[in-house]
Amino acid sequence: MTPTPPTASDLLRFGRRLRRELLEKRDLKEIRIAVLGGSTTNELCNFWEVLLLQDGFRPTFLQSEYGAYFEEAVVDPTRLVSFRPDIVYIHTSFRNLRNLPGPHATADEIAASLSAERAKVQSIWRSIRENVGCQIIQNNYDQPTFSLLGNLDAVHPAGTTRFVASLNGHLAEDAACTAGVLLLDLASLSAQVGRSRWLDASRWFSYKLAHTPEAHLEIASALTAMIRAIYGRSKKVLVLDLDNTLWGGVVGDDGVDHIRIGRETAEAEAFTAFHEYCLAMRTRGVLLAICSKNNEDVAKAGLAHPDSVLRLEHFSAFRANWMPKHENILSMAEELNLGIDSFVFVDDNPAERALVAAQLPAVAVPDVGSDPVRYPAIIDSMRYFESVALSADDLQRAAQYAANSARAAVSAQFSNYGEYLASLQMTAEIDVFQPVFADRITQLTNKTNQFNLTTRRYTLAEIQAMAQDPSYVCLYGRLTDRFGDNGLVSVVVGAVDGRTVEIELWLMSCRVLKRDMEVAMLGCLVERARDVGATRLRGWYIPTAKNSIVADHYSRLGFSRVAVDREDGATCWELGVTDYTPRSLHIHVSTFSQ
Amino acid sequence: MTELTDLTPIFRDVLDQPDLVLTRESSGYTVDGWDSLAHINIVTSIEQQFGVRFALGELQDLQNVGEMLDLLNRKRIVT
Repeated sequence: MTPTPPTASDLLRFGRRLRRELLEKRDLKEIRIAVLGGSTTNELCNFWEVLLLQDGFRPTFLQSEYGAYFEEAVVDPTRLVSFRPDIVYIHTSFRNLRNLPGPHATADEIAASLSAERAKVQSIWRSIRENVGCQIIQNNYDQPTFSLLGNLDAVHPAGTTRFVASLNGHLAEDAACTAGVLLLDLASLSAQVGRSRWLDASRWFSYKLAHTPEAHLEIASALTAMIRAIYGRSKKVLVLDLDNTLWGGVVGDDGVDHIRIGRETAEAEAFTAFHEYCLAMRTRGVLLAICSKNNEDVAKAGLAHPDSVLRLEHFSAFRANWMPKHENILSMAEELNLGIDSFVFVDDNPAERALVAAQLPAVAVPDVGSDPVRYPAIIDSMRYFESVALSADDLQRAAQYAANSARAAVSAQFSNYGEYLASLQMTAEIDVFQPVFADRITQLTNKTNQFNLTTRRYTLAEIQAMAQDPSYVCLYGRLTDRFGDNGLVSVVVGAVDGRTVEIELWLMSCRVLKRDMEVAMLGCLVERARDVGATRLRGWYIPTAKNSIVADHYSRLGFSRVAVDREDGATCWELGVTDYTPRSLHIHVSTFSQ
Repeated sequence: MTELTDLTPIFRDVLDQPDLVLTRESSGYTVDGWDSLAHINIVTSIEQQFGVRFALGELQDLQNVGEMLDLLNRKRIVT
């Protein structure tokens, strides 16, 4: 089974040992995190470190002096700048609010207090963006310990409860329109934990710890989910069993008429609620799949039950057979072109869970138990599908995968592959980076592992900087065909070095593999290289555990191997651009159009 | 009565020193790794294991493990 997440008591007592053991893991991704705190942050960082190590990250922390979050961000950011953080987390709580209005405050005074707190946060963001230019995580505010006015505190304009809620609303607006800032929802976390278990005044007075260990653990796990999302390691697929997972009973034994789903009984309602939860996940971009031990026709009949909210067409992959479930999950990973670490497996049967967890350690297998009432809350609490933004691509993802299945069906009808490609009537929009796509480009650089020549990751700030820098050639590509819009699927970044354009990054989403999109990208790259006076392109293939599919990328595109020995097994390739003839046959290429 | 041997496992776990030997005289000055954060973890783990709660003033004057043990025993008799 996927290990049960540690409790706060575990971390207090065994934290050092856990850390020591986890540090022995291989392939940990190094990240540098600065925590600027309005309280003592050691305990939070210790918990956070263990959770990050469990998820394959190896963090190095810089913690501000106690309470000096504003000073170290704005007044003198020297220490912060020289630390070169990838992430800055500003950890504040209601105790850091300095402008709370008193009960006699006038409307003008309250407005001034709000502006002052808001401006303080914005000056922190501005300073970090200008001096460091890295990802910022800011939390909103938890509610203060006391409601001086009781219920009226949430209503009266000068009530602190209302003030904090209003400030949080403003912070959300500010974060939403500030690139590179993510908001950690401390207010919801504190509500979830409960005020009495969130705070411990004695820890504040003794150690200036703003929260209980339990609260620190909740904050640390929310932060860890954000880090996974920032680095593209969130899960993408929810794999579901059928019998006693999506309905009560065994459809093969009981018959379609007797499975328990719908509104008739409490149990049926619970399964229906789980259907609705899964469907909502699909709407926000999580792919759904079925993995069930059943005959296929029987399984499909179950989903056709009139009360079933989930229908066959909601599933991007479907396996109902008698093969071991881990084999089915592997074949679905191949079908969907996704890494096995993108999958979450939900099954009421503990034996199936144990088998999948043992055979495929990269698959997340939550201990959902066997009570449908609890499935959504357990899955939700694991924060598997955290995302930093909701792009148009996320909202269309399920439809895109459905279109892929349609394409696959069509390809079977053609005598040769070129004929198939022509039939797709593909149009690519390929152009230099446009601000409107910066989020998506960043997202792709961080989550693309397979079709990725160098696996370089970029922050939003870096993408924006390169887009403005004349010494870079930065191209994106979007691909549309007769089945639908695949969205922004390819990114190429080249650094101009005299007569050479050095290709630092070349990636493509695997959903458009074998569509000659890379040929179209090369055509545009060659044009750009000529525009800047270059005579050749030089690219590297840096092998990783996941990118073997592009080992021959450059040779297929006509590049020649350059003899360079590197310890990491990287290969170097060059292509002259002067006499290169574009050879994209099947894709009509256009440029950016709003 | 809580004995030194009842506290030893907590110190060994928190400090990640499986062979640690505690005496009544052990303190932050004599035990490696017993820093201020470890101290918080030790106190909280003791509170959780023995179901007691230390008040602010009680912790300030503790000089060593022996005094911590005596305080714990006084509290456990009262509660």
